Order: sequence, then C-alpha cells, then structure tokens
Amino acid sequence: MSAPAFAPGRAGRRLGHRARAERREAVALVVPALLPILIFSVVPLVSGVAMGFTDATLKRDAEINFIGFGNFVELAGDHRFWNSFGIGLIWAGSVALLTLVSSMGLALLLNSDLRLKTLTRVLALIPWAMPPVVIAIVWRMIYNPNSGPLNAILESVGIPGVNWLGDFSTALPAVIVVGIWSGIPQTTVLLLAGMQSIAPELHEAAAVDGAGALRRFWHVTLPALRPVIFAITSLDFIWQFNSFGLVYVLTEGGPGGRTMIPPLFTYLEAFRNREIGYASAMGNTLVVAIMLILTLYLIHQFRQGKEARR
Amino acid sequence: MSDTTRTIVTGRPASRRPRGGMRRPWHVVTLQYVALAAYLVFLGFPLLWLLSASFKSSGELNSLAVNLLPQEWDFSNFATALDRQNLIRSAGNSLLVSVVTMVVTLLLSMPMAYALARLKGKLRAAGTVWILASQVFPSILIIIPLFLVLRTLHLNDTLFGLILVYVTFTMPFTLWMLQGYVAAIPRELEEAGEMDGAGRWTVLRSIVLPLLIPGLVATAMFTFVSAWNEFFLALVLIQSPEFYTLPITLRSFLGAEGQTQLGPLAAGAVLATIPSLIIFSLLQKRLTGGMLAGAVKG
Repeated sequence: MSAPAFAPGRAGRRLGHRARAERREAVALVVPALLPILIFSVVPLVSGVAMGFTDATLKRDAEINFIGFGNFVELAGDHRFWNSFGIGLIWAGSVALLTLVSSMGLALLLNSDLRLKTLTRVLALIPWAMPPVVIAIVWRMIYNPNSGPLNAILESVGIPGVNWLGDFSTALPAVIVVGIWSGIPQTTVLLLAGMQSIAPELHEAAAVDGAGALRRFWHVTLPALRPVIFAITSLDFIWQFNSFGLVYVLTEGGPGGRTMIPPLFTYLEAFRNREIGYASAMGNTLVVAIMLILTLYLIHQFRQGKEARR
Repeated sequence: MSDTTRTIVTGRPASRRPRGGMRRPWHVVTLQYVALAAYLVFLGFPLLWLLSASFKSSGELNSLAVNLLPQEWDFSNFATALDRQNLIRSAGNSLLVSVVTMVVTLLLSMPMAYALARLKGKLRAAGTVWILASQVFPSILIIIPLFLVLRTLHLNDTLFGLILVYVTFTMPFTLWMLQGYVAAIPRELEEAGEMDGAGRWTVLRSIVLPLLIPGLVATAMFTFVSAWNEFFLALVLIQSPEFYTLPITLRSFLGAEGQTQLGPLAAGAVLATIPSLIIFSLLQKRLTGGMLAGAVKG
C-alpha cells in the first residue's frame, strides 16, 4: 500500500510509524462494512458454489454427501433446465437489445428541441420508481383477456381478443414487452447523459461538411456513445438474466413453462422440490454461462473498438 | 473532418443550442412528433390505466370497455384496500425495513467508500472487483445458502434478518456511488485541514462530511427505494404473513385466479408506488449524476 494514500508523504524516519497508523486506520474504516459482506455475501456465495457438488436437500435431518460432478452430469441431460436456459437467453437478450433500441430513439427525441419533451421525460421516469410487483400487476390488468384495455381496443376494430399471458405463442413476447417498458427509463437517462456530453462542435462540423442527420448519428453520436452502450447492454443483460420478480408475478413461468426463466426454475427446484444441492448446481452453471457470454461480448467489443480507431 | 471547418465552427462561443436547432424539413418534424406521441402512449398508458382502475367500480372494471377515466369516481377501493388489515401492517413492515436498511447501509458504507476512494492498491482493487462481481452472481445462487445461514442464526422469517440481507445486497451500489462522490472532493482540502493541525477525525467530520451530504442524501434515497421495492429476497426469507412486506402482500392479493378484486388491488398498487415516486422525483438528476460519477472516477 502506498504511503501517501491518506496524507502527502512527510519524508523522514516517522514514515514507518505513519504507515502502520494508516494501515490501522484503513482497517477501522473497512471492517464495519466488511463484516456483513463476509457473513451474508461471501460465505453464502462460497457455500452455494460448494453445495452444487452435494446432494443437499431442505428435508429435515437429511444427510449431506459430497457427490462430485453428479449434479452436473444429471443437469447436462435435464432438457427442462436447458429449455429454461434457452428461454432465459431469449428473454434477457431481447429485453437488453430492444430496450437499447427503443431508449436510443427516445433519447434522440428528448435531445432535440421538441415540445412535450418535459412531459415525456417525466413520464419516462415513472416506471423506474415502480416496484416490479406493481409493474407486473399493472400489465396483468392490461393483458387481461376479459377486462383488459388491449383486447377491448382490438375487439373494437374487429380483431378477436388474445389471452396474452396464457397463450403458448404470445406469453414470452408479452412478458418481454413488459421488460422493455420497465427498462427504458434507466437506459434512456444514461444514453441522454452520454449524448449531452458530446461536444456540439462535432455535430456542427459534420453538418458543415454536409452530413445529414442520419450520417451524423452514425458517424458522430454512435461512436461517441460506444462505451456507454457497451456498459448498458451488458448490465441490462445480466440484470434481466438474473431477474425474478417481474416474470414471477406476471406468469409464474407459465403457460406450460413458456416463460420459465432460469431463476424461476431454480427457485422452484430449491424451495418447492427442496432439492437445494441440485438447484445450486444450476446456479453455478448459470454463473459460468453468463461469464462466458460476457467475455465473448467483451472481446467482440474490444476488437470492434480497435478497428474503429484505426 | 477538415481542420479548417473545426476552427471556424469552434470559433463561436460554445452555445448550448441543441443540435436539433438546425432547420429540419417539416416532414422530419412531423415524423419526430409521431414517434414522440407513440412513446408517450406506450409509457404513459399503463400508468393512467392503473390510476383510473383504482377509482373504478368493480362493475366497470369487469366490463370490456376502454374508459381512460372512470365513468363514476369510486373512492371505496382505497378504503377496501386499507381495510384489509394486512395491507397497513405490511406497509408498516416495509417502512420499518426500508428506513433501518437506509440508515445502517449508510453508516456502514460511508467509511468504506472513503477508504475505497482515497486508498490505492490492493484493497481498492479487491473492493472494486467485489462490487462488480456481485452484479454477475445471480441472487438465486446466494439465496439458498443465505437461507441456511439465517436459519442457523435464528434470523430467518424475521424483519431483522431481512434488514441485514438488504444492507449487504445494497452495499455494492451504495459503495460505488459514494466513492464517486468522495473522489470528487479535492484532496487538497483535506491536506489544508491537516496543515492547520486538525486530526484525521476532525478533518473527516468538518471537511469531508459536509461536502458529502448531497451525495449521501441521494444514496440514502436510492437505498430506501430499493428496499421498499424489493420482492425476491422477501419472498424467500419471510414466511409468516405478519412479517410480509408490501410487495409480498400485494402479490398475495392476486390470489386465486378469477377471485382477484381488481379495484382494491389497483388502489394498493398505487399506494405502494407513492413513496418511491416522491423520492424519485426529488432524486432523478442526482441518481444518474452519481452513477456517472462512480463510473468516471472508478
């Protein structure tokens, strides 16, 4: 640890004493926060990883045996899990991507001099403040096949109503729309902040050079936003892949498992079937998968960034 | 882009004129307004629907009619919702949990955030790695052993246990925000204080803390909202209805399919949103500022 971390180095023989005092100070600053982190985050995490290699259950007085990769071998052949994994990828991928696209459009509109901008900005922020449970309740009302406004509007123009959350083919898209709706505020605000930090001179110079709005977006705005976009999409993907409440309240994974995203599947395995060892193995697999996907994305972005700079 | 155009353009004082200020043809403007209207409807309609549903009679709610405003205003939904004693009780639980989580999280993360911002070396690196890693690990992996840890400590199915868990799980983000705010305070101010002979704690208390207050307020609000809105951990860790938090109670209102009373449910949902909404309206600028500060100074 470098000595001048806390105070400018006052050279001389007191340094040894000072360094020790500083270390004590650092420990005092860090320990209060570190304690709960250790007990409620690190210990559970480590034992969660370890539990994936056991046959632990929630049953009373059950023996716990180390079974090596047994769970993972079983998991490899568990098509229900891989089904759920695929649904999770579709869910997280499309929500992250479509949220980015729709937020980009909204941010561009909010960044230009249109009327009603303030109203839109306020409205766009509200979903951010709503508890996921409330968001799910609102959309269950909207999608309601018998009394929901969506079907009412469709039927008024002669299109037969749809059981949005109950139909095999519409359940996942319907849930994805809700995911986008709740994700737009945060992404828009971050994109907007990124856009406003682009020097206006860049745009004006490009305009003087005869670049139209589309070309300016492509050659000025987009490259400048690249780091923001990368950060947002990866975070969005992780959050959505791990999210639970929204889909749980909307569909509970139904109909017929069509919206059974992995956290839901794992939750049911752990707390309904009480197979916590097997569920932990699922959790481990999910973490490895996410990290793999993120690494690939990171490498891809890095290569693209390099090419763009060339 | 040629250098000459740049100098010509930058020769002007940097105006705050939005770039859209360049004249656009009318059809582009029309298109922009159509798009804006589409966003307004998509974002605003669900909110309006919830609000109006909370004032509709059950007869109107169960009919297939799109009335954006209730045909007759019915305030009984709120009374019915509040009458179910568990709604008020769980709102109380939520309030208690959120406030205590907020206070404890701040007290614990303030010193550590200071250390993260001011120290260099291994500790800082380890802290940052943990903050980022905690985003990747699904709470579903942690919740199973966490449930067992709490059971061992006899803290499962208690509000106190829930608070401890919330504190731990909000800390990555509060640390991230707070260390950004600390890093924004010029170190020279602290050094000046030390030159004047003030001790470390005096420097922290009378120089750093006052400058940190806006950041602390923003972080506190953020912590409150995330505890108030949280669903998953409460679902797993709390079993007794008397300890239910508001989101869990609302979800239990959904109950058996078809038996749901939409009006009181909507009213309860509106009530559950109000605290977060108030805080968010106060917070919105600062929150993104803090997130960006954390990102930039990180």
